[in-house]
Amino acid sequence: MAEEVLVFGAWGSPFSRRVEMALKLKGIEYKYIEEDLTNKSPSLLKYNPVHKKIPVLVHNGKPVAESLVILEYIDETWKDHPILPKDPYERANARFWAKFIDEKCLSAIFKACWGACWGEEKEHEKAEIEHEKAVKEVSELLQFLENELKEKRYFGGETVGLLDIAANTIGYWLGVFEEASGVELLTREKFPKLCNWANEFVCVTAIKENLPPRDKLIAYFRNRFGAGNASK
Amino acid sequence: MAKNDVKLLGAWPSPFVLRVRVALNIKSVKYEFLEETMAPKSELLLQSNPVYKKIPVLIHGDKPICESQVIVQYIDEAWASGPSILPSDPCDRAIHRFWALYLDETWFPTMKGLLAVQGEERKPLMDQLSEGIVLLEEAFGKCSKGKAFFGGDGIGFLDIVFGCFLGWLRVSEKITGLKLLDEAKTPRLVKWAESFCADAAVKGIMPETDKLLEFARALAAKMREAPPKN
Repeated sequence: MAEEVLVFGAWGSPFSRRVEMALKLKGIEYKYIEEDLTNKSPSLLKYNPVHKKIPVLVHNGKPVAESLVILEYIDETWKDHPILPKDPYERANARFWAKFIDEKCLSAIFKACWGACWGEEKEHEKAEIEHEKAVKEVSELLQFLENELKEKRYFGGETVGLLDIAANTIGYWLGVFEEASGVELLTREKFPKLCNWANEFVCVTAIKENLPPRDKLIAYFRNRFGAGNASK
Repeated sequence: MAKNDVKLLGAWPSPFVLRVRVALNIKSVKYEFLEETMAPKSELLLQSNPVYKKIPVLIHGDKPICESQVIVQYIDEAWASGPSILPSDPCDRAIHRFWALYLDETWFPTMKGLLAVQGEERKPLMDQLSEGIVLLEEAFGKCSKGKAFFGGDGIGFLDIVFGCFLGWLRVSEKITGLKLLDEAKTPRLVKWAESFCADAAVKGIMPETDKLLEFARALAAKMREAPPKN
């Protein structure tokens, strides 16, 4: 049966890249549509009227929105190279940590990298304290992930799974934020397992082929958010 | 399975805890309900949910599972022989999950905001909630395919996620004097709400609106007195 798979995304977004990574892992062909988020296409607005956001996967005309929802849809629709384990408890675990990454990690990382720059308190001392708090929070969050990795090669075990894909924000984008803002968060001494995992993660073909160019991404974030919170 | 193989750490006012109880009822799973006072939080809670320190936590055997939507899906998969909670078709599953996310990330936070403010500040939030309800009325039309629930003939994932907010929805209506579920604007959801609350898996565990209202008022008073938190 002729299948049509469309992905609406943005080149720098870890969320739309997740969708592409999963499709690539499963060997599914798709047509990619780059969205200009400052000028959203009528198609995007039609396919995701509630949030008007990317990514959206459109499979034979039916749209699916929200990256983690899309990942589960992809896994349930195309059975090759499963990205969720079979065991219900392990599945629950993967879902829990994926949600944790999206709900807690990204905003904490942003705050640590660029937080005080946005805040009203430009007074140096106050900003310093806020910054230290933010860095400490990221540290605590990363520690949870470090512990979750245990001795596994990937979060998914021997092969890349849903949680690894969801953790692309940690495995690649975090490094970009660090360089763009000058703030160090994922250090090898504190998080050796997570660092090893990140190195392995970005080498997986399906992942590597879907990482936006690092320099371009760094430049984008520097441009958008400024030079960052690094001690001046 | 022995009753104490399944424990649920929860509290009666929580809609999230209610979700887990409904799911366990659907699967006819016997469990021990451990009521948390939340002040202070029990050792068991802190140990089994070190990340969020929140209820609900389902403890199956010795394994803790946290986050209500994750728990409900776990229940569906661990007790696979009972009635299904998630639909079988991947498209329908995605639709249930999408709206479930919307309810937890967008809709309910607005309701919490509403309960925390007074007087005129409430109206715009109520309007936002109303807009959300209209979207859900539409979604119900598509999901239910003419049947009683989002899940079809029986309660499904989205019924549980949304239905368990009904108590708090009624509290919001009482506090503001404005209606969210309306015969004229959202007739399907009005009927659905009745069916959900009357369902065997829900009746008897859904907290009474007046009790919730009393709880909400006490909570709001406490928050007004307390020093601002980080």
